[in-house]
Amino acid sequence: MSDATVKSVRSRDSVANTLLVAAALSLVCSILVASTAIILKPMQQRNEDLYRQQIILDVAGLYEPGANIENLFAGIETQMVELATGHYTDAISAEGFDAIAAAKDAELGINIPAEDDTASIRRRARLSPVYLVRRENALNQIILPVYGPGLWSTMRGFLSLGPDGSTVRGLRFYEHAETPGLGDQIDKAEWRAEWVGKQVFESGDQPHIEVVRGSVDENSNEAIYQVDGISGATLTGRGVTNLVRYWTGPHGFGPFLKRIRAEAAEND
Amino acid sequence: MTDGSRKILLDPLVDNNPVTLQVLGICSALAVTTSLLPALLMCIALISVATLSNGTISSIRRHIPNNIRIIVQMTIIASFVILVDQILRAYAFETSKQLSVFVGLIITNCIVLGRAEAFAMKNNVRMSLLDGFGNGLGYSLILIIVATCRELFGAGTLLGYSVLPLKSDGGWYEANGLMLLPPSAFFIIGLLIWAVRTWKPKQVEKPEYQIHEVHRTEVL
Repeated sequence: MSDATVKSVRSRDSVANTLLVAAALSLVCSILVASTAIILKPMQQRNEDLYRQQIILDVAGLYEPGANIENLFAGIETQMVELATGHYTDAISAEGFDAIAAAKDAELGINIPAEDDTASIRRRARLSPVYLVRRENALNQIILPVYGPGLWSTMRGFLSLGPDGSTVRGLRFYEHAETPGLGDQIDKAEWRAEWVGKQVFESGDQPHIEVVRGSVDENSNEAIYQVDGISGATLTGRGVTNLVRYWTGPHGFGPFLKRIRAEAAEND
Repeated sequence: MTDGSRKILLDPLVDNNPVTLQVLGICSALAVTTSLLPALLMCIALISVATLSNGTISSIRRHIPNNIRIIVQMTIIASFVILVDQILRAYAFETSKQLSVFVGLIITNCIVLGRAEAFAMKNNVRMSLLDGFGNGLGYSLILIIVATCRELFGAGTLLGYSVLPLKSDGGWYEANGLMLLPPSAFFIIGLLIWAVRTWKPKQVEKPEYQIHEVHRTEVL
């Protein structure tokens, strides 16, 4: 080894050079990563929005593969609902409404009182979008955004109810991180199909629907309020029960559903 | 192209395949091969990361202090992985959703770090680029074979198009559900390793220890 190489090796391994290389590398890499993230953000956001719209269409049974999602989604009416009263509001546009950010906001969010917080959500937005599907001017489906903790993660999805505000038309999650192979079976078409036709309410305002452990006894009177549990995913199932009950309950969309039910009864 | 660079590029395909010979990168090979499309996307992601990181590391190899070289390599690899992940999320959203965490996990793929440490730290940029690309191709070759088998026999389709009409849709083929489960990737990779080592007996490992046959009376 010549003197020059020995010297270069020594200076390469010096403390000063180590710090310099580490700092320079961090700087270059962070600029690279940050600028990519910023440049691509609008496109990713659009993809996310389209995906959410696709899930809403799917939960409503209106999605056809290959169809233009934006055109289909234009047929769905979006309204903002004030959860406490159940009335529509124009205070905030549903377009670009971010429920997660709104829940954290001092003005837009409220703490959920412990006795009402059956799904351990802790804090939610005062307002929420709802999506209404109309057929020949009559209300056909009400689609509610729902979320709550499962075993590992917050599960976010949409629940579709019939015009009576009680019959389930569909439930689908678009974001969760439940155990692969066990809890993530909530995405399976077979399990989602189990929900269709079930009743949320028995009588009164308290939701009665639940995910049971094991399978539903078809002969029992309760069968119409029960959905088969997923074996190995009891806690995920409990999370789903809790969040569906919370969001359809008196502190969630309860007042809104009550209003819809009353309107449906009037029209009959 | 000289013989040397051709060897660097093509050796990882069969003779020094990262999956079948070195048995690296198995985790993602199980996870993303249930159908062909995500597997192809994963291949493109891994080839780009391996090539770019090898090239970058090689170009600054004379400046990397020895005692933080692994951290430097990891930082460079991680940056490229995030880059690829962001691009996929912007331009191939549906498939990137299926790949979920596995693009991010390229950071921990032993093939990428292995090539950076073993090759790029000691060779010039051109050779390192070729080596990264070649190893990416070697990994991709196995992934594509496994994914083709799994999608074809597990779902009767290739890239989503029906090839073997399924019995449930009125065809004749009974789908093999096992193919869609992770263990089937193990079986296919195992069979591939067997096939390659039968074809190229040089790859068969020598036993590390030979059990001697001992007569019963000698033990007593």
